[in-house]
Amino acid sequence: MEAALQTNVQTCYHCGYSCVEETIVAHDKTFCCDGCKTVYELLEENNLCNYYNLEENPGITGKKPVAEARFAYLDDAGVEAQLINFKSDNIAKITFYIPQMHCSSCIWLLENLFKLNPGISETTVNFLRKEVSLTYFPQKTTLREVVTLLARIGYEPEITLANTDGKKTSKPSRTIIYKLGIAGFAFGNVMLLAFPDYVDFTQGLQRTFGSFFGYLSILLSIPVFFYSARGFFTSAWEGIKQRMVNIDLPISTGLLALFFVSIFDIVTGRGPGYLDSFTGLVFFMLIGKYFQQRTFDSLSFDRDYTSYFPVSITVLKEDGEESSTAVRNLKVGDRIRIRNQELIPADAMLLRGGAMIDYSFVSGESEPVEKVVGEVIYAGGRQIGESIELEVVKEVSQGYLTQLWNDTVFSKDEKQNLHTYSNIAGKWFIIVTMMVAAGALIYWVPRDMDMAMRAFTSVLIIACPCALSLATPFVHGHTMRVFGRNKFYLKNTGVVERLAKIDTVVFDKTGTLTEPSEAALTYTGKALSQEQEQAILSVLRHSTHPLSQRISQHLKGTSSPVTNFQEYTGKGLAGEVNGLLVRAGSAAYLGVPAEKQKDTLKTTVYVSIDGVVLGYFTFYNVYREGVKQVLQELGDKKIAVLSGDNDHEEARLRELLGKEAELSFNQSPVQKLEYIQQLKAQENRQVLMVGDGLNDAGALKQSDAGIALSNSVTNFSPSCDAILDASAFDRLGTFLNFSKTTMTLILLTFAVSLVYNVIGLTMAVMGLFTPIVSAILMPISTLSVMTFATLSVKYAARKAGL
Amino acid sequence: MYIIFLMIAISVTVAACFLGAFLWAVRSGQYDDDYTPAVRMLFENDTAQQDTARQQKKGDKLYPEAKT
Repeated sequence: MEAALQTNVQTCYHCGYSCVEETIVAHDKTFCCDGCKTVYELLEENNLCNYYNLEENPGITGKKPVAEARFAYLDDAGVEAQLINFKSDNIAKITFYIPQMHCSSCIWLLENLFKLNPGISETTVNFLRKEVSLTYFPQKTTLREVVTLLARIGYEPEITLANTDGKKTSKPSRTIIYKLGIAGFAFGNVMLLAFPDYVDFTQGLQRTFGSFFGYLSILLSIPVFFYSARGFFTSAWEGIKQRMVNIDLPISTGLLALFFVSIFDIVTGRGPGYLDSFTGLVFFMLIGKYFQQRTFDSLSFDRDYTSYFPVSITVLKEDGEESSTAVRNLKVGDRIRIRNQELIPADAMLLRGGAMIDYSFVSGESEPVEKVVGEVIYAGGRQIGESIELEVVKEVSQGYLTQLWNDTVFSKDEKQNLHTYSNIAGKWFIIVTMMVAAGALIYWVPRDMDMAMRAFTSVLIIACPCALSLATPFVHGHTMRVFGRNKFYLKNTGVVERLAKIDTVVFDKTGTLTEPSEAALTYTGKALSQEQEQAILSVLRHSTHPLSQRISQHLKGTSSPVTNFQEYTGKGLAGEVNGLLVRAGSAAYLGVPAEKQKDTLKTTVYVSIDGVVLGYFTFYNVYREGVKQVLQELGDKKIAVLSGDNDHEEARLRELLGKEAELSFNQSPVQKLEYIQQLKAQENRQVLMVGDGLNDAGALKQSDAGIALSNSVTNFSPSCDAILDASAFDRLGTFLNFSKTTMTLILLTFAVSLVYNVIGLTMAVMGLFTPIVSAILMPISTLSVMTFATLSVKYAARKAGL
Repeated sequence: MYIIFLMIAISVTVAACFLGAFLWAVRSGQYDDDYTPAVRMLFENDTAQQDTARQQKKGDKLYPEAKT
C-alpha cells in the first residue's frame, strides 16, 4: 500500500487499476472510483476485509454503476421459478454463473456472503465452473435482494434467457469415473490372483488353487466386461450399423477374444486365461477416454442467441405504468422501454426517443446506427443513449436474427467423424489382422488342431490396438492443454485434428480483424487553431453520442463553458463557446452539398464555426495488433473476409490481405453461412471460420472448425469449436501449425505401438503367445505409448514456443 | 494352506470396501470440483485472529459442501 502511495500513478486498493480519472482517498487508502470505495466500505463494515489480505487488489472495478432497478424482474414468481433449482417454504437453492470470479479472494468473499445478508444460509463456489450454489431463506430475503447484493459487490451473476429454458446445465458425467474405478479394482485383484502364473516357484500354489483363482477372476471380470467395457462394444456396433470401421471394432474383437478364450481356458482347465490382460486393457483404455473427455469447465461452447438475450424487459401498460415481463412472453403489439446499454430482444418499431443502436455484435456494422421514429429495429442491437419506447412487431423466436437458428445447420447433431487418423488406422488394422489370423489358421489346421485355435485367438487378442487407441487421446489431450495455457480453448480433442487439415481461413471483419473498442480518426480540412479546437471539444463533451465522445477523446485540451447547447437527433449538435458558434454533425445538417462530399460510405462528422464549414473527421477501423503477422503465417492457405459492414475499408483490407484474398461486404448472417457452405461443397475445402459475433454463429457452425474470438473468454461467445482470447490472436498461425505437428506426433506414436503389435503377432502365429507374454507386453506397450505421447507433445510445444 | 481361501476372501472384501468408498465419493460430488476445496481449506485460519467471536459462532460453516 505504501509503495502505491509513493508512486505518481496510484492504484486502486479495491480493484488494482491505476487511478486515472480521479483519485478518492478514504480510510488511508486510494480508490479509483466511488464504486470501489463503496464496496470497500461495505466489506469493512461487515468485517470482511480479509478479502484484501488473501490477494492484492482482488476487487472488480465499480466504474460501471449497476442500475439496480434492472433486477425488478426477479420478483416475478414465474421468472423465479424458472431460475431456482429447488424451493420449499423454508429454503431455496439456486446456482449462478459468475464469470467475474478470478482468485481465491473471490472464493472467500462469495462463501462468506451470509455475513452480508443474514437471509443467505450458505454459498459454495465451484471455481473451475465459475459457479456459485447458493441457499437462502425465502422468508428472510428474496432472489432479487441476493442478486442485487452480488451485483453491488461486483459479482453480478449472468442471468440470460437460456437460464429460463428449462434445460438446466448438465452436471459433468461421472460415468467414466465409475467405469474407471471398477476396472481399476478388478485389474488390481485379478493381477494379484494371476501372479502365481508369472513366476516359477509358485507352481505348487497354482496347481492347488488354480481353478479357485480362475473362477474368482471370472467373477471379478464380469462387471468390467458388461459395464466398464460397454462403451467400446456399443461404439463398434454403431460403426457396423453405419457400414464403417472405426478404431473400436478391432478393440472390441480383441476384448471379446480375450474374455471368451479366458473363460474357455479356465472352465476346461487348460490354463489360467488372460483376464489380467483383459481388465488391464480396459483400465488403460478408459484412462485414455477420461483424458479425452476433460475439457474447460467454465467455458461454454454451445450457446445460441438465448444466452445473449436478457430474461425480462420493461413493458409499458396502456396507462403508462411500467412492469417487468419475461422476454419469452412478449407479444406482438406490446410496448417496451429500452434504457441505455440495454438490448432489444425482439424486432420492434421505434415509437419515441432517439435510438442509437450498436449492432456491432449482431451484424458486424462498426458504427452505431441512428434510427428515427417509425423505423423497425432488429433484435440484438444495444441502445446507446436515452431510453426509448418501442412496439414489438415480431415475437422473439421469429425475429430477423433468431431466424438464423432455424437453419438446418443448427438442428443437425454432430456426426461421428469417419476420417480421423485412428479410424483409418483401425480399418487397416482389422484387415491385416484378419489376413494374418486366417493365414495362421490355414498353416496350423493340417498340423495341429489345438495349436491352430490357439494361434487364431492369439492373433485376435494381440491385434487389439489398445496402444494405438491411446495415441490419439493422449497427443490431442496434451495439445489441448498446451493451447489452453496459451489462451486458446478447444471444445474437445477432436478439434485439433480438424484444425490440422484446414486449407482455407475465413475471417469476419468487425471485432475480429478490427479492435471493437477502438476507432481511429483523422481530420481533413482547414487547420484548426487551438482556440477553435478547444471550442469544438467543449461542445462535443456535452453530447453522449458515441461519435462525439470518440472525437472528444481524440482532441486534447480543457473544455470551457458552453451556452445554448442543442442536440438534434440524427443530425448533429450546436453550441456557443466564448462567442464562437460551433456546429457539428452530418453533411446534410451543415448544408454541405452532396457533390462536395467525399467518401460517402465512411463515417464522417463535419464541423463548422460561425457558419463556416472547416472540415470533417473521418473514422476508420483499427486492426488488431498482429493481424499482419497472422496473415503472413497463413500464407499457404486461401484467405477470405466476410464483413457485415459496407466496403469503405476495401482498399486497406486489400493491402493487408494481398491480391488473392476474397473480400465480401454487406454480408447478412445467412449469407455468411451460405458462403462457407459453398466453399465446402464446390471447392471441397476445409474451412476455418474466425468470428466474434452472433452474426457469425451460422458460419462458425457450418465451418469445419469455428473459432470465436473474445476479449474476455467467459463472456458471451456464439456456439463454436474453440474460443480464442483476443490477446492471443497474433498466435493463430502458430496454433494451426502446431496442430499439424501433432498429427506427425500421432503417426510416430502409432509407429511405437505397432512395434509391440508386430512382436506380439510374430509370437502369436508361432503359437508362443501365452498369458505371461500378454501380461508383460500389454502394460509395457500402453505405458510406453502414453509416455511417448506426453513427452513428444511437451517437447514440440517448447520448440514451437507455446 | 487352506488359510489362503480365508485370506483372499478378506483381501477381496477389503478391496471391495475401498471400491464402495470410491464410488460413494464420486456420487456425492467430491470429484466434480478438484480445485476449490484446496483453496477453501486455507481460509479460516487467518480470519480466526480478526474475528474470533464471529467465527466460533459460525464455525459449523467450515465446510459447507459437506452438508449438501
